[in-house]
Amino acid sequence: MSILKVCGIETEYGIVTRGFDVSPVTSSSMLINAYAGSMRQKIGWDFLDEHPSVDARGAVTDASYPPEIETHLVNAVLTNGARYYVDHAHPEVSTPECLTPRDVVLYDRAAEEIIRQSMITVNRLLPDGQEISTFKNNSDGKGNSYGCHENYLIARELSFGRLASHITTHFVTRQIFCGAGKVGSENGAPEVAFQISQRADFFEEEVGLETTVKRPIVNTRDEPHCDPQKYRRLHVIVGDANMSEVATFLKVGTTSLVLALIEDDQFPDWLVLRHPVAQIQSVSHDISMTTTCELQDGRKMTALEIQEQLLGHCQEYVQHYGDPTSGDAKDILREWESVLVCLKNSPENAADRVDWIAKRRILEGFAVRHGVSPLSAQMRAIDLQYHDMRLEKCLALRVGLRTIVNIDDVERAVTHPPVDTRAYFRGTCLARWPQNIIAANWDSIVIDTGDEILRRIPMMEPLKGTRAIVGDLLASIATVEELLLRLGSTDAPGWDPLMMPEPGW
Amino acid sequence: MTRRVIGDYGGVMAEQIRKTTAQTEPSATQTGAEIDASTKSGQRIKAELDDLLDEIDEVLETNAEDFVNNYVQKGGQ
Repeated sequence: MSILKVCGIETEYGIVTRGFDVSPVTSSSMLINAYAGSMRQKIGWDFLDEHPSVDARGAVTDASYPPEIETHLVNAVLTNGARYYVDHAHPEVSTPECLTPRDVVLYDRAAEEIIRQSMITVNRLLPDGQEISTFKNNSDGKGNSYGCHENYLIARELSFGRLASHITTHFVTRQIFCGAGKVGSENGAPEVAFQISQRADFFEEEVGLETTVKRPIVNTRDEPHCDPQKYRRLHVIVGDANMSEVATFLKVGTTSLVLALIEDDQFPDWLVLRHPVAQIQSVSHDISMTTTCELQDGRKMTALEIQEQLLGHCQEYVQHYGDPTSGDAKDILREWESVLVCLKNSPENAADRVDWIAKRRILEGFAVRHGVSPLSAQMRAIDLQYHDMRLEKCLALRVGLRTIVNIDDVERAVTHPPVDTRAYFRGTCLARWPQNIIAANWDSIVIDTGDEILRRIPMMEPLKGTRAIVGDLLASIATVEELLLRLGSTDAPGWDPLMMPEPGW
Repeated sequence: MTRRVIGDYGGVMAEQIRKTTAQTEPSATQTGAEIDASTKSGQRIKAELDDLLDEIDEVLETNAEDFVNNYVQKGGQ
């Protein structure tokens, strides 16, 4: 079977100020500092192992340039294992590494709560009449887009070329159930009143390294944040941020299964698109979902038909190869089949789980009731307010979306890490010894014991450092000195509980 | 509308106002098609639309034009 699909989501939130005028970098920093201050959580991010300019294709000759790393900006690591920081001009939360798509939903919801708590905290500090508000969407409707990126662990030996051409089929067509919906079009795309995806208008290349200009459907950033001999991290920039929990579950769940299908060479070779850049836009622009996509062999299929093919192959795959999502496959396949049946027979019934359909329903209802035109300011305001993180303004919370994680679990996930990835070790150490951990990143933490030498603990294996592996050890010690001692060496060059995979894994 | 305070922030969990559709957990033996046929969410959703639009009228930003024009996001990935 393919390797387990460890996954996570990083979301850039839109941010605006009212009653005062500062740069978005400043308002984002205020937001995060307010939260970190209230948590007494000021652990910095360690940039030593960041290599965002490394390209998965190896040497490239075109004019790719590396994304910028802004080391001076606010960066916090949280006790739930997440990273909360200013990225470019947005507040961004990266969930901790999760073993299952359901956990990604849980930690994505926890991220929303962290953002809400940050807004409440910072707005209390601001004078009357001043406010910072945030939005979980991907476009300002004026040609500016910002991302909701997914990350999946994949095997290093997989051919990147094959991966790219196959996964593109899924990325172009999955938007019919995980698109967040948008009023109008942008970036020079043909005018439409409403489209399926927030992001589709912004994709101009099939494959590439950029994330801010000429965005590619498949991003080649090769920065695994773990053992690069064994793994890649597929950095997916093509998706919309979802307000619907079911949509997030489907987005991450179906993509995990399709990636496993590709890794085990079970992806149908003929199911490859001829013009993916044009097709991602034509699928997004057709809310009737009848547009066909030409395949490389000349066949033409709708996005829905392509998704039915992928579902069928994944159903067979799970039956014969097992579950790469550590227990979620049955639920993913069931939700996937259910949403495709619904989209085929009565798409309006998917308003309880598909964001673009839920949003369109209220837009249509409002337009009929008030006689406003499809591209009016009111329509655009509804689009925006669907994603508004202020409880009193958020429309997505009011449209009857089905939820799949329980609120007590979300509350716990705000401060507690997942137990079955290395995020457990990171989060637990941060909670236990905040005064000794001076920096952390995805694959290491840096400890200050008061000596002149700082100690870095490497964590190169995402499925080590779990509660099952280090829970007893952490419970049996009181200090970081003991921790370092128990690791066998204070230099910790190859700490087995964090570095090496389980036998047979 | 019930509100609950969590942590030290006066944060209010979104779930407290999230209007979840009444749902029956699908049984393990149901296929996706059967679940879809049995939930009948469509009828319920249609019946709720008028109430929903009333609520949207209440919470929608009063000056939609300013709200939309002020929303400018530069420098995203």
